[in-house]
Amino acid sequence: MMAIDLTVIWAGIIAFAVGAYVLMDGFDLGIGILFPFFRVGGERDMALNSIAPVWDGNETWLVLGGGGLLAAFPLAYAIILPALYAPLTAMLLGLVFRGVAFEFRWRDPAHRAFWDFSFTAGSLVATLAQGITLGALLQGIRVEGRGYGGGWWDWLTPFSLLTGVSLVVGYALLGASWLIWKTVGPAQQDARRLARICAIGLLVAIFAVSACTPFLEGKYYARWFAFPGLLVAVPVPVLVGLTGLFLWRSIDSPRDGRPFLLTLVLFALSMLGLAISIWPDVIPGRVSIWEAAAPERSQIFMLVGAGVMVPIIIGYTAWAYWVFRGKVDEAGYH
Amino acid sequence: MLDLFDPVTLARIQFGFTVSFHFIFPSFTIGLASFLMVLEGLWLATGRHVYDNLYRYWLKIFAVTFAMGVVSGIVMSYQFGTNWSVFSDKAGPVIGPLMAYEVLTAFFLEAGFLGVMLFGLNKVGRKLHFAATCAVALGTFISAFWILSVNSWMQTPVGYEIGANGQFLPGPSWVAIIFNPSFPYRLVHTVIGAYLTTSLVVGAVGAWHLLKASDNKGARTMFSMAMWMASLVAPLQILAGDAHGLNTLVHQPAKVMAMEGHYQSHSHGAPLILFGIPNSAEKRIDYAIEIPKASSLILKHDPNAPLAGLDTIPDDREPPVAVVFWSFRIMVGIGFAILGLGLVSLFARVRGKLFQWRWLHRLAILMGPAGFIAVIAGWITTEVGRQPYTIYGLLRTMDSVSPLAAPAVGASLIAFIIVYFSVFGAGTWYIFKLMANPPKSFETAQPVEQGPIRSAGITPAPAIEGAQS
Ligand code: HDD
Ligand code: HEM
Ligand code: HEM
Repeated sequence: MMAIDLTVIWAGIIAFAVGAYVLMDGFDLGIGILFPFFRVGGERDMALNSIAPVWDGNETWLVLGGGGLLAAFPLAYAIILPALYAPLTAMLLGLVFRGVAFEFRWRDPAHRAFWDFSFTAGSLVATLAQGITLGALLQGIRVEGRGYGGGWWDWLTPFSLLTGVSLVVGYALLGASWLIWKTVGPAQQDARRLARICAIGLLVAIFAVSACTPFLEGKYYARWFAFPGLLVAVPVPVLVGLTGLFLWRSIDSPRDGRPFLLTLVLFALSMLGLAISIWPDVIPGRVSIWEAAAPERSQIFMLVGAGVMVPIIIGYTAWAYWVFRGKVDEAGYH
Repeated sequence: MLDLFDPVTLARIQFGFTVSFHFIFPSFTIGLASFLMVLEGLWLATGRHVYDNLYRYWLKIFAVTFAMGVVSGIVMSYQFGTNWSVFSDKAGPVIGPLMAYEVLTAFFLEAGFLGVMLFGLNKVGRKLHFAATCAVALGTFISAFWILSVNSWMQTPVGYEIGANGQFLPGPSWVAIIFNPSFPYRLVHTVIGAYLTTSLVVGAVGAWHLLKASDNKGARTMFSMAMWMASLVAPLQILAGDAHGLNTLVHQPAKVMAMEGHYQSHSHGAPLILFGIPNSAEKRIDYAIEIPKASSLILKHDPNAPLAGLDTIPDDREPPVAVVFWSFRIMVGIGFAILGLGLVSLFARVRGKLFQWRWLHRLAILMGPAGFIAVIAGWITTEVGRQPYTIYGLLRTMDSVSPLAAPAVGASLIAFIIVYFSVFGAGTWYIFKLMANPPKSFETAQPVEQGPIRSAGITPAPAIEGAQS
């Protein structure tokens, strides 16, 4: 029996930060991925305007995920980051392009096409890299002593490519359903069309990744088909199927917020499934959260900060979203 | 000699390159955020449109700079792990929580209120908007607070214990760790440096437009505000730097020896070497121009005090002298140049010629980028001067690095160099273009052709409010 200790709480906080990042920056990156499919001019402006005031806050969850990992599980941070050197570097560079594109495309109308392209390319590369990171973690990382023991191409396998592509499809769905919520008229029609394609794609991808996982060396199926994993293992796929169905039907419903909410649910379920597979490791099959944990003094000190600050952050983030609530049109927010 | 195929060297170049680029942006945004706060506060207090217009003028520049600061900063927070994994594993329990506090108390604050600051003036009303500006400015300062605490702890580590697994573990007091011996000095000196950097940029832009039209209200106001800042704060910065150096002498004497170029010990008062060429092979400064005993006077407040030199430090613990020697002189030289500019501007002000003396404006333009050079030179002094350690005296740089092969690091370094120069080069170009527009009396949020959201978010100053001041 594992008691709830500080390490478990910290694993929860990091998981929360990563989850918040995936859901929130997911739709930003998704809009970047879908950008070429929007009509040049008003439709593109509208899509960008719908995220311009919030993307920076969304991305900060990534910094909390990374920084939190260093603080709470330094050993894991020290092993995972060198193991994923190439994809993480690509992700960072992708985020550079995506982040500056928000400002630069307005500054330089003559080269707007170029910055729009780099917005898409940056979003795509960053997303692929994040998906590959997930796949590489699941398939296993070589550890030697307290460090990474493999080469700098170990991450590249068909499985990690599959998770990479899956995440691209998933983020694109988040982006499309966000736009169904935030736009009207032809732009919204385009978003609905894209959402249909991505929804099918994501369900196929979830199925494919789930089907491959038992063949990885991590013995994940043992967790799924043993108690207590079994309690969750049965309902999760059923729930995924049901949510997918509702999602499909909601795309054409007049309730514009619903597809986005259901996509969030779909993501949450997938992350729950992942959590069951990985728990209680931080590097699957190699390093448990307790082996990687920072000492109690570090954990307590940070817990005070997180306990006070995270609710405040959620509060003012919610306020910022509320300020920019409602539909956008070409002239920005109503 | 540096070996370019050595993964440690490559990692150092990459870290130095990316962090130097990163710091260029915060050293401007920390000051600019406060400047914007002052402008909006003055606007609220006086209702004069010149402040409102200047606010809008600089807000556009702030938005571009801030975006570059954020994306280059995210790179930094991952570099510790990708390139310095052994360091991260060992120091993580101590510095990790401080950086986590930075995220929780600073980055979210900046990012959360930035959207409202940039796009929200029409949506939330003036007072709340001012609060958002203040939140962003406060966020930049809090960010500097934590990250400088981290860096200072690496320079002057205290309050730790060494664990059985070789990790640095926090001791009983976090206050001791956060307020480590070099932190107060570094915080004061760096934040003032950011203010000076900003004031030089603002001053140069004001001067540029004064040269074109010396009656431009906005240009006058910004030039005057910037020159006040430079003249009042430059002396403070020199005092702060002096105190910082004295403190460094206590904790990192080898760094000061390198800064001063003291290869040899001096038993009866050490000379202040103004210029010269460090000769590492012969361990002396060639062609030195020196003031006898002055170094002892500055560092020990006694012209005859003995001062130890690098001959007392084992060779393998010496920092590279030439880099530190030169970067220190560049910083100090610029510090005195700013002081000079400030004094001249005070003189011009007293004579009532602040907006007339064209050579003063030309001088201010020339000094525009000097702050950036000074802060980078200061950091190079600091970071190269603490070599060969990452955690001073305890963990060597060569033992901090990730187990990566040279081709991996070399490839990423090339990618960073190409991307940074092109992307941030473009950004700098756009900032220049914005600065080249004269401040207008009805400044829109963004030039008209630029994003619709801007014109919706912040409208031009309403004309009905009557004559602008
Ligand atoms: C506009 C910026 C600026 C200006 C004009 C100056 N400095 Fe500076 N200096 C910095 C900006 C800076 C900095 C970027 O803030 C540094 C780098 C790290 C740090 O602690 O502060 C720094 C470091 C630094 C150090 C290294 C301390 C250490 O590493 O332990 C010393 C001794 C000085 N400074 C001293 C001076 C003196 C005597 C100046 C007088 C002319 C001066 N600085 C001008
Ligand atoms: C933002 C301003 C900063 C600049 C311009 C700067 C500059 C540099 C430079 C030039 C180096 C290379 C030194 C060498 O290898 O000889 C370096 C190394 C390093 N710095 Fe800084 N630094 C800055 C801030 C920081 C901060 C805030 C931290 C810690 C949180 C930090 C941590 C390091 C580390 C870990 C290294 C690598 C190890 C080393 O080579 O010393 N730096 N930095
Ligand atoms: C190696 C050291 C450093 C790391 C790891 C680092 C990390 C970061 C990160 C992750 C961000 C983006 C935050 C966001 O998402 O909003 C950022 C931005 C920022 N950093 Fe750094 N940073 C370093 C050095 C410094 C130093 C030395 C200072 C100031 C003295 C500084 C001040 C800032 C500020 C004010 C911002 C806000 C953006 C801006 O103003 O441009 N950073 N940094």
